[in-house]
Amino acid sequence: MFSAEQSCWFVRKVICWRAVASIAWAVLLLPPITAVFVILSRFSLLHPIQTVSECLTFLTSASVIFSFILLCGVIIMVGFLNLEYYTVIPTIACSKIALLGQLLHPRHFVNSLAHCIMGIIVAWCCAITIGGRYEAVAYPCTPGDGADSSHQMCLNEYHFILLLAGAFVGLSHSMLGVIYNMNYVPFHTVQQYKYLRFKGSLPMLVKCSATQALYSVRNYIVLYFFLGYIPKAWICKTLNLHLNSSVHPLDSIAGLLDLNLLYQLWVSAGFLLLTWHVTLLLFRIFVTEVYSFAVQSSFTEDAHQCLPKVLTGKQSMILKFLALQDLALLSQHSPLRRVEVFSLSQPGGHPHNWNAISKECLSLLSDLTQRLIAYHDTVATNGRAKSLSTGSERKTSSETSVTSGTDDLMSPRPTFLMKTPASVFARSIVGSPLTAPFTPDLDSPFASPALRRLTAPPDPFSPWSGTVQSPHIMRRVPKLWSTSTDSQVNGSPPASPASVPSPKQEQSKPSLLAQFLQNRKEQVKHFLAKRVLIMYLFNKLPEASSQALFADSQAHIWALEGLSYLVQASFSEDQFGVVQTALPSILSCMLVLQEAVDRHFKLPHASSKPVRSASSLGDSTHKTLRFALRATLKTAIYRITTTFGNHLNAIQMSAEHRKRLQQFLENKE
Amino acid sequence: MCSLALFPAPLPAGQTTLCESNNELLSGGGSTEDRLKQESSPLSLYFPRESLKLHCRTESSSKAAFLDHSETLWMRSAAAWRDGGLTGLLDEITNSNTEVPKWLSVSSGFTLALIRWFSSFHGSLFPHLTMSSEDMLAEFSQVLNWSDCVVRAFAWHPHADKFALALLDDSIKIYNPKSATTPTLKHRLQKSVAAVQWKPLCASALAVACQNCLLVWHVDPCSLSTRPSSGCAQVLSQPGHSPVTSIAWSPSGSLLVSASPMDTAMMVWDVAAESCVPLQRVGGGGVTFLSWSPDGSHVLASTPSALFRVWETRMWTCERWPCVKGRCQSGCWSPDGSRLLFTVQGEMVIYALTFTDSPAGVPTCTTKGPQAAAVVADLSETTFNTPDGDIMVGGEIQSLAWDPTGERLAVLLKGDSQAADRPAVIAMFKTRTTPVFELLPCGFVQGEAGAEARLIQFHPNFQHGALLTVCWSSGRITHVPFYFLSTSVPHFGLGGSPSLPRPQERPADFNQSLFTELAS
Repeated sequence: MFSAEQSCWFVRKVICWRAVASIAWAVLLLPPITAVFVILSRFSLLHPIQTVSECLTFLTSASVIFSFILLCGVIIMVGFLNLEYYTVIPTIACSKIALLGQLLHPRHFVNSLAHCIMGIIVAWCCAITIGGRYEAVAYPCTPGDGADSSHQMCLNEYHFILLLAGAFVGLSHSMLGVIYNMNYVPFHTVQQYKYLRFKGSLPMLVKCSATQALYSVRNYIVLYFFLGYIPKAWICKTLNLHLNSSVHPLDSIAGLLDLNLLYQLWVSAGFLLLTWHVTLLLFRIFVTEVYSFAVQSSFTEDAHQCLPKVLTGKQSMILKFLALQDLALLSQHSPLRRVEVFSLSQPGGHPHNWNAISKECLSLLSDLTQRLIAYHDTVATNGRAKSLSTGSERKTSSETSVTSGTDDLMSPRPTFLMKTPASVFARSIVGSPLTAPFTPDLDSPFASPALRRLTAPPDPFSPWSGTVQSPHIMRRVPKLWSTSTDSQVNGSPPASPASVPSPKQEQSKPSLLAQFLQNRKEQVKHFLAKRVLIMYLFNKLPEASSQALFADSQAHIWALEGLSYLVQASFSEDQFGVVQTALPSILSCMLVLQEAVDRHFKLPHASSKPVRSASSLGDSTHKTLRFALRATLKTAIYRITTTFGNHLNAIQMSAEHRKRLQQFLENKE
Repeated sequence: MCSLALFPAPLPAGQTTLCESNNELLSGGGSTEDRLKQESSPLSLYFPRESLKLHCRTESSSKAAFLDHSETLWMRSAAAWRDGGLTGLLDEITNSNTEVPKWLSVSSGFTLALIRWFSSFHGSLFPHLTMSSEDMLAEFSQVLNWSDCVVRAFAWHPHADKFALALLDDSIKIYNPKSATTPTLKHRLQKSVAAVQWKPLCASALAVACQNCLLVWHVDPCSLSTRPSSGCAQVLSQPGHSPVTSIAWSPSGSLLVSASPMDTAMMVWDVAAESCVPLQRVGGGGVTFLSWSPDGSHVLASTPSALFRVWETRMWTCERWPCVKGRCQSGCWSPDGSRLLFTVQGEMVIYALTFTDSPAGVPTCTTKGPQAAAVVADLSETTFNTPDGDIMVGGEIQSLAWDPTGERLAVLLKGDSQAADRPAVIAMFKTRTTPVFELLPCGFVQGEAGAEARLIQFHPNFQHGALLTVCWSSGRITHVPFYFLSTSVPHFGLGGSPSLPRPQERPADFNQSLFTELAS
C-alpha cells in the first residue's frame, strides 16, 4: 500500500536513525556518569585524595569493564523501549480505573517487567562497583576456618537489598512513566540546537533524578521493612542459602537505619534513574528535531516525500506532527519556501501545494470543532436527557450526517474544499488516531452512552464512521449555535421531534426488551454508585476529559500558526492570489472554532489550571495544551485581522461571523 | 565629530514643546491657553504625588511596631529560616549563644562568616549582586530615577488606542479614550513594577514585571469592571529569577522573554502553558534589559557587566558584544529590525550595529552580523548661548526610543541630578534609513518649568507621523505629536497631509547631518 510504504520511508530513514543516534550519545555519556557514580559511592570524607586515586585504579579493572558492558546493553535496551513505546499524543486516563487498566495492560506490563529486570542488572553493576560488603551474593557462614565448615553459604543481605532496590526502582520508574505520560514526546515552542537543549535541561535532569531516587528509596525501605522477608525466604530457598543468625537482619528498624546503606541505595537509584533519564531526554531531543520537508520536488519519485503529500497522507503520527511543525516554521521564517507554497503548478496553473496544505489544516481544525461541539452537547445533557437506545440513535445520526455531510465546513459559501461525503470519510479515517485518547473513557460504566459513542474509535466499516457530529449540530452550525437555546442534544431524538426531521425516526422506536435492559442497567449503576470504593475508582477525574479532548492539540496549534502566517505573508507575497479564494473558509473555520473553544472553557474544570509539577521528567505540557490552543487561536485571528484590516469587510461571510470579526477588528476580543 | 552643537538652542524656561509641524518644533509659552489646549486631550493625565496612597513603611520595618516577646529557640529558628533562609537561621543561632551549645553557635558563626566571605567575593566579581532589589530595579530600569518616579512604567497597546501605566503605589491603570472605565489592577504580588508590556496580537493580555515574579493580566476590554480580580492574572515565577527588570513580547505574540540581574539565564516563557526555557550563557552575571526587534528576528539582551548579547530568535543562538567602558544601558531597533542603536553607560555616544539578513536563497540559521559598532552620534555636553544665559545640555543617555515609522529618534539624556541647571532633557533626531543611515538634528522636547522627563515611549501606530508620550517627574503625562509625511507609508491623495498647516520656511542649515554613513 502506498501509505504504508510512505510511512515506512520516514520511520526507516529518519526516526530509526535519530533513535540510533540518541542511543549512541547516551552510551557515550555513560563513562562520565559512571565515573561520577564510582567517586560518589566510594568517597570517604577522611581520605579524599586516596579515594580519588583508588577510584582511578578501580575504573580500569576488569570487573568494572564487564559491568560497563552490561550497562551499555541496558542503555541500548532502554533506548529501544523508548523507541517502541513513545507517542506524540499523550494517553490521558479519565478515571482511576482507566489508569489502573493502563498500568495492567499487557503492553505496559511487558515494559514494566523489562525495566524491572534491567533495574536488577544495573543494581548488580552498582553492587560490584561499590564493593566491600555489597559485592557478593553469598559468603561462607562461619568465618575464620573455612576448611571444616560444610560449605554452608549464607545470604549477603546487603547485596540482596541492593538488587531488590534496583528492581523496585525500575518498576516504579515504568509505573510513574505510565502515570505521568513519560513516553509522551513533547514538542518545544523554542527551537534550539540539540547540544544546547541538552545542556540546558541537564541540571533539571540531575535534580529530578536525585529527588525521584530519594522518594523511591523511601518507599522501598518502607516496603522492605514490612514485606522484605518474603523475597528473602524465597531466594534462600532457590539458591539453597542460609540466613546468618549472628548478623542483624536488615528488615528491622535498626538494620535499616544504617546511614551508609541508605546513602548507597540512594546513590545507586540516582545513578540508575539518571542514565535512563538521559537516554529518554536524548531520544526526545533527537526525535523532535525539526525535519525540513521539500515543498515540491522536481522528481516524481520524491513526490510522496513533499510537504503537501506528507501532510495529507495517512501515516504515522510522528510524521504528521513533524510535517505540521515544519509547516509552522516555514510559514514563519522562510520566504523562499513560502513562494513555493503560493506557486502554481506548471502545466495547468493550479495552486496544488496551497490547496493541499490549507485543506489539511482546515480539516484538522473543523475536526476539533466538531469534537468540541459533540463533547459540549454530551456534557450539557448529562443526567437530563438519557438516550434510550444507542443503536437506533446511531442509525439516525448516521443517516443525517451522511446526507448533510456535504456542507460540513460551516461556510455559507461552498468552497472547493470537501465537496463530497467521500472526502469527509477519508478525513475522519485520517483523524481517527486523533480521537484515540478518549478510549479510556469507555471503561467507565458511568459514561453516558452518548459519550461512549462519541469516544469509540471510529470504525471504518460502520455506517456511522463519517463524522462524530450529531444531526442537530449540522443543523445548528450555520447559526453558530450560540443563539439556540433548545439544548436538546444528540442523546434523545424523540425529545424534540419537530426539530430534527429525520426520515428514519419512526423506525428507531426502541423495543420493550431494550427498554427493560436499559432499566436494569440503570438500577445496577445506581446500586454501584453507592459504593465508595467503586465510586472512587470510576469517578471521572476533574479536567481529565478536557485534557483528553485537547490531547493532540499540538497539531491544531501548528495548523493555526501555519495558516495564519501564510495568510499574513500572502498579503504581500502571494502573486497569483491563491490564498484569497480560501480566505473566507479559513476565517469562518477559525471563528467557529473560537466560539467552540470559548464555550468549552465555560464548562466546569475546563479553565482550571493544572498544578505545576516542579521536578518530574514527565512533561506536563500536554495538560496545558488547551490554554495554548486558545491563545494561539486568538493570536491567529488577530494576525489575519491586523494584516488585512478593513479589507476583510469585502469578504462574503455570514452576519454572525461578520459581527464576530468586527470585534476582532476593533480589538475587543 | 558631530555633536549637539548642531541642535537649535533649547527653549527658554517656561516654554513647553507642543508639537512638530513642517519640520519645526512648535512651543507654547507658559500661558494658560496653551496648557489648556494640551490638557484638553483626553489622554493627557496628571498624577500628583499627593493623590497616591503610598506604603509608608515596608513590611520588614513593621517589626519595630510590635513589642518584643520571647519565643522558644525552635520558634525563632523556624521564623528565621522562613524569613531569611540559611543565612537567617545561622545568624539566629549565632546570636542566641546563651541558649544553644557552644559548639553549635561557634560552628554556625564560622559557617556564616565563610558564606559572607564567599558572597562578598562573588559580589566583588559582580557588584550588582550586593544591591537590594529596589536599588537594582532603580539602577537597571529604563526609567530615569525609577524609585522616585510617580509613573514607573508605561505601555501603549500595539494595536488598540489604549495604554497601561504603573504608579508608585504598585497599582496599574488602563486608560482607553473610547471607554469610560479605567480598570485598576492590583495584586498581592504586584510590587515594584519595573516594566509593563501588552501582548501583541491580543486585546487583553498585559505582562507586568514585578519584584518577585511576572504577572500576565487578562483584562477583558469589554468588561465594565474597574477592579479586575486577581484571578485574572497569571503568575509566572521561577526560583532565582527575581527581581524582573525587563520583559519583551515577541512581535508575533507567542513568546515572552524576561530578564533579572540576579539570574544569569534569560527566561523564554510560553505564557499559555506557563512553562519556560532558560537560556544561559557564560559571562555577564545577569540580564538587565531586553528589546525584541520589531521583525521578531533578534533580541537584544544586555548584562550588568560590559557585555551584551544579540540573540537570533530562530534557533536561539547569540552573538557576544563586549563593550569597552560600561554596560549597555539602552537600545532600540529600527522598524525593519536591521539596525540596532545602543548606548553604553559612561559614554556619551550612540552606537549603531547593522544586521544584514542572510541571502534569501541560503537557508542558514545564523545571520552574519557586523564586526564592530559604529558611532553615529555624540551627545557630550554642549553649551548654548541663550538670552537667559548659557545652558549646558548633554551627557549620559538613559534611554532611547525609535518611532515605528523609523523617522524620529528620541533620546532621554540623564542630565545631572546634583546641578540644578542641568535637568534631564529629550533630544529628538530625525532619522533616515534609506539609502544610507542618517541622523539629523530636530530639537529638544521640554516640559513645563521644574518638570524632568522620566520615561519616553512612542505610540505604535499614529496616523500622522509620530506621537511621543512623555512621563514627567511631576506626575504629568503628555503626548507630543510630530506631524510629518512618512516616506515608507504610501499616502493616497492629499488627505494625509499634516494637520497643523503653518507654512514657515526653515533656515537653510536644515541639512546639516550629525552623521551619515557616506561621511564616515
